[in-house]
Amino acid sequence: MKTENYMNLEFPSKSANESFARAAIACFAAQLDPTLDEVGDIKTAVSEAVTNCIVHAYPDSIGPVILRAKILSGNVLDIVIKDRGRGIEDIEQARKPMFTTGGEERSGMGITIMESFMTEFSISSKEGKGTSIHMKRKIVRRGGKK
Amino acid sequence: MNVTSFVQDRQLTVALYGEIDHHSAREIMQTVSEKIDLYMPLRCILDFRDVSFMDSSGIAVVINALRRMNTLKGKLLLQNIPPQPYKVLRAAGIEKLTEIREGCTK
Ligand SMILES: Nc1ncnc2c1ncn2[C@@H]1O[C@H](COP(=O)(O)OP(=O)(O)OP(=O)(O)O)[C@@H](O)[C@H]1O
Ligand SMILES: [Mg+2]
Repeated sequence: MKTENYMNLEFPSKSANESFARAAIACFAAQLDPTLDEVGDIKTAVSEAVTNCIVHAYPDSIGPVILRAKILSGNVLDIVIKDRGRGIEDIEQARKPMFTTGGEERSGMGITIMESFMTEFSISSKEGKGTSIHMKRKIVRRGGKK
Repeated sequence: MNVTSFVQDRQLTVALYGEIDHHSAREIMQTVSEKIDLYMPLRCILDFRDVSFMDSSGIAVVINALRRMNTLKGKLLLQNIPPQPYKVLRAAGIEKLTEIREGCTK
């Protein structure tokens, strides 16, 4: 699929950047003319991935979070969120609903939400090296658009 | 702070507002807990009308309030949930754990 547009961002794993990342992806996705529901799904998935970098990848430090997005031909938004943190020991386990290593403040639903809100989803991770989340969302083309 | 509340006849209503994410959730969770512990209501209503965004951090806020109300043998009720937070709560199966009133206000 042809890349029609792209953007790359890097920011430190500070919680104030969660809302920044959501706003950034919503603005970038706007050119696909998504519905409110579609933007809601995309913002939610990005919020989950970025929060995981902040909470889990760098539990006691601040490290870089990378957010890359592309618009692919066929009205597809392609998103990568990457960290160079702790990594995930057992990905199968991490994907299970309600599985969390985060205690009372987490519910273990983030990955489940990303998987169900996006059209495609994959994780790769290496212990001690970092984690990368790749997801895609097709935006329905509505009447009257190019 | 992202919370206002009022109490009447041992019913506590907490109106949440703004964006509920990991950045804001801890303070919201603490405030809701403090209100429940202070008023010991029979019914606690969380009103989502003015919540503009919520991710899984909000699920933990609801579960925490539910736990507290269970120990008081009281009820938790969620109301006026806009579509985006509603979808997140549904993904977590919250409607099986607590009553939802006037959910999904389009
Ligand atoms: N970027 C990451 N780096 C290291 N570990 C991660 C990362 N993302 C997820 N994990 C691990 O996978 C588990 C599940 O993640 P998930 O987002 O589903 O739930 P959670 O973050 O624990 O809770 P919630 O997202 O509901 O607040 C986490 O508890 C953590 O152990
Ligand atoms: Mg998470």
